Amino acid sequence: MCLAIPGQIVDIDGSNSLTRMARVSFAGIIKEVSLAYTPEAGPGDYVVVHAGFALNTVDEEEARRTIELIHEMDDAG
Amino acid sequence: MKYLDEFRDPARARTLADEIRRITTRPWMIMEICGGQTHAILRYGIDQILPPDITLLHGPGCPVCVTPLEQIDKAIELAQRPEIIFTSFGDMLRVPGSSTDLLSVKARGGDVRIVYSPLEAVDLARRHPERQVVFFAVGFETTAPANAMAAAAARQAGLDNFSLLVSHVLVPPAIEAILSSPECRVQGFLAAGHVCAVEGYEDYEPLCAKYRVPIVVTGFEPIDILQGILHCVLQLEAGRAEVENQYARIVRREGNPRARALVREVFEIAPRKWRGIGEIPHSGLRLRGEWREFDAELRFPLSTQHVDESPDCISGLVLQGVKKPDECHAFAIRCNPDSPLGATMVSSEGACAAYYRYKRRHA
Ligand code: SF4
Repeated sequence: MCLAIPGQIVDIDGSNSLTRMARVSFAGIIKEVSLAYTPEAGPGDYVVVHAGFALNTVDEEEARRTIELIHEMDDAG
Repeated sequence: MKYLDEFRDPARARTLADEIRRITTRPWMIMEICGGQTHAILRYGIDQILPPDITLLHGPGCPVCVTPLEQIDKAIELAQRPEIIFTSFGDMLRVPGSSTDLLSVKARGGDVRIVYSPLEAVDLARRHPERQVVFFAVGFETTAPANAMAAAAARQAGLDNFSLLVSHVLVPPAIEAILSSPECRVQGFLAAGHVCAVEGYEDYEPLCAKYRVPIVVTGFEPIDILQGILHCVLQLEAGRAEVENQYARIVRREGNPRARALVREVFEIAPRKWRGIGEIPHSGLRLRGEWREFDAELRFPLSTQHVDESPDCISGLVLQGVKKPDECHAFAIRCNPDSPLGATMVSSEGACAAYYRYKRRHA
């Protein structure tokens, strides 16, 4: 139940933050996901989902930095 | 796909493995806590590309594996009652209890249904007011926000036919139990990224200081895991013991404050028994007093007794990193995914199942 890859929000339904649901695409497979814990998430954002709830959005800047660290290693070596 | 391909790139993986080899001067034992990481390590052969001085030990972070036998037996007892619709994540259905499993109960006519989210179970309760719906609320910090929200949603809808069979466990007390054991061989940890996405990593800081071990919050893709190992080895080689966050694209130090707040409102910390390991103080969650109306164990009288594990299964030692699955005498002989003796062979996140699937060929 813990294997989780980020999914991308396709669209969002509902404005009440408790019941805000999104359709999220996981490499093409669409699931209904609650955004109750991630009110900041919007269409196009990537989210990490467990048991039907988005737990966090992916920070693109940090993702880029993580990959860059490896390229620096290559340049040094 | 974005945030997947970049983190599975073999060239980057080689760069990281080379760097780990370059900086390693002596043997180190590192434990990945999470079963999802164990699965990825074996699936992508990460253990094969590491220098021989680095040993990965596989930790207890698989909820399917550590849910105690008694809780499985309670689930089976509830699922056999005609008035109950028993709902569960799919991966709990094949876990052997002391005499049968949920899938067999279903095959014999029990109303057992797989749900992907506990909100689906709440929805079932709303649509079937004449039935009782029980949800098997298992898992680590990652599923607690969903289960807390299910209780809140049931209360908001005024449902008196929904309840939770709670078997929640927490990672930091398990790390402490491993570190304080005299058999402990672990010198550094990869903490489970998604657990920290919810709860943050403040709780790990005192563990680093007390036991002098580095803990690196790590993601699940091959690049994440290799980078987590690299940061862990860098600390070990330098004699440092700090919390580091490899998974900053998902995890913030404070976690997800909204999720934490609701989990704390609905649940309280309690001692929990871990399958194969035994009771660990403060290592689980149970419903708080004001939420006990949703406790299936109070709603239905249960006859389940204490039961002992199969003596052939050493999964408790496997889960603590003391033994590897292929050191078990039953491994791949009397125990396999089709007829598992222990829970670590059932779940795809279990170390025994991962070894069976990916490692038997090389053994
Ligand atoms: S191989 Fe089977 S019997 Fe041995 S520890 Fe793993 S689950 Fe238990």
